[in-house]
Amino acid sequence: MLSHLPILQVVVPMLMAPLVLLIQPARLAWALTLATSALAFAIAINLVQLTTSDGPMLYPIGGWEAPYGIELQVDGLSALFLLIVSGASTFVLLAGYQSLISEIKESKLNWFFGAWLLALAGLLGIVVSGDAFNIFVFMEIASLASYVLIAGGPNRQALPAVFKYLIMGTIGATFYLIGIGLIYIMTGTLNMSDIATKLPSVVDQTPILVAAGFISIGLALKAAIFPMHAWLPNTYCFAPNMVTAFLAACSTKIAIYVLLRVDFTLFQSNLIGHLIQFKIFLIPLACMAILAGAYMAMRDTLAKKIFAWSSVGQVGYIILGAALVSHSGLTSALLHSFNHALAKGTIFIGIGLLALQAKSGELSSFAGLGRRHPLAAIAITIAGLSLVGIPGTAGFLSKWLLIQAVFEQPNGVIALLAIVLVSSLMSVVYLARFLETLFFPPAPAGSEPTLPLGATAILVMLALSSIYFGLAPALPMELATQAADTLLGYGK
Amino acid sequence: MIVLDLFHYWTFIALLMMGFYTVIVKNNLVKRLLGLSLFQSAVFLLFIGIAKVEGGTTPIFTNLVDSQVFSNPLPQVLILTAIVVGISTSALGLAIILRIKEAYGTIEEDEIQSREEEAQ
Repeated sequence: MLSHLPILQVVVPMLMAPLVLLIQPARLAWALTLATSALAFAIAINLVQLTTSDGPMLYPIGGWEAPYGIELQVDGLSALFLLIVSGASTFVLLAGYQSLISEIKESKLNWFFGAWLLALAGLLGIVVSGDAFNIFVFMEIASLASYVLIAGGPNRQALPAVFKYLIMGTIGATFYLIGIGLIYIMTGTLNMSDIATKLPSVVDQTPILVAAGFISIGLALKAAIFPMHAWLPNTYCFAPNMVTAFLAACSTKIAIYVLLRVDFTLFQSNLIGHLIQFKIFLIPLACMAILAGAYMAMRDTLAKKIFAWSSVGQVGYIILGAALVSHSGLTSALLHSFNHALAKGTIFIGIGLLALQAKSGELSSFAGLGRRHPLAAIAITIAGLSLVGIPGTAGFLSKWLLIQAVFEQPNGVIALLAIVLVSSLMSVVYLARFLETLFFPPAPAGSEPTLPLGATAILVMLALSSIYFGLAPALPMELATQAADTLLGYGK
Repeated sequence: MIVLDLFHYWTFIALLMMGFYTVIVKNNLVKRLLGLSLFQSAVFLLFIGIAKVEGGTTPIFTNLVDSQVFSNPLPQVLILTAIVVGISTSALGLAIILRIKEAYGTIEEDEIQSREEEAQ
């Protein structure tokens, strides 16, 4: 039974998706979706334990051995991302019922939850698959389902935004497909570890180099790495609040996961001079992302868009850590993926709950809501502090590790440090602007209903876990270290 | 001659660029979606093209066929999946365009933007 967990991780949400469609009372459909997502979370926790104790798991689908059959591969790297994706989905669903009901027509909710489960299955599928083409298919399942989720809300501005996302996302995925095609032409195989063994014997490296270019650009589009982030701010801003919380926590990170996985398995050890190209390509982009994201977040006046821009910047931190290609750099990148998913998820859930009372998405309509709902607002504050990287929160650790990794670099230390410090100060500014609006103006008049109690409790718990993982970081730290070991171990 | 030998790669690149150009330049959302379809189809052609083996036959084992050279069936199977993905993308894109038409009364990118600015 335990050996089948890798496939169950994908199959459970995927099979439940059409089932949820048939269930009419919205509350029941929600409960079933939540139960499925929780089950996926439980499977992910099990897989994390198994990979930590027994090492990587390989699962040939249908008993067809690799390289002929499709092989699933769960190792230290995948385990971390499985945990992030399934955890994000579960907690957002748990806290999000009232918010979803308020934004999506009740008669359409079962369709919405079907799409949610498909998105979940796709994202999990990307992570467990060890087959390059299979990853493409799961990527498209996840993307198509998330377009539906984003366009499902009442806000008409979501529609042009999601169309842009669809165009850019499809171009990204197609670029990835071209890259895989070129690799297939040169090696005749699609299984990632098999490609890795065959690449060294490829005589003409030019097509592989072109493939690396296509794959990196395509995945950078999907990961919203600056300047390929154009789809992200509007998409996150106008999507239903809980969809933003779910996608902001995990969707760009999964693209980063694929980028790292493919790059470290296939290219780092097999392409001459790839290390330098990888660094020269990504480090400047990451630095620009960090600064541009924080700068735009300071200027924007829509509550969700502020934090959407902040996501562009935070993706920059993750990429910067990864692009240093050192053990500490990768650990910081992976740890930051976890911490950022936790903090950003919490913030967007919090905004979603407060938005139940706000008239519009403008910052001004959140004025004084923090006084009326102190618990939710304090939870957002804590998560925001973790985003800035205040000592004692989880975000501090990953930034600290990043700074350590920067110090290990032979050159450019001062410039990179300056960028990290300046952008942290900038993030204090945009966070302060948001919190000022929440707490300082007088509470809005009128007797408004209180926030849903259960959802607030989940929100507070998530915020507290940001502090918990800041003070006792053993678990995410171990996972991130294990994942970094796995990445550096590929191709050796 | 070497250029002509590689003609199927040239076709791929030409179609890819035509599709890409349409996606970037056109203002009309349906045209952009068509460009996207063309862009994807070009990649399908790349895969189908590489499956052809000179003198190869259908990859079915029988005693009737003398030739031992077979075309590679795998890329075709992959592209079957990719075509399904492409069609789903187009269908979803068209559905979104329909909703945009309902919400804004237009499917021209610049008009959508100006209507959004008017509303604010």
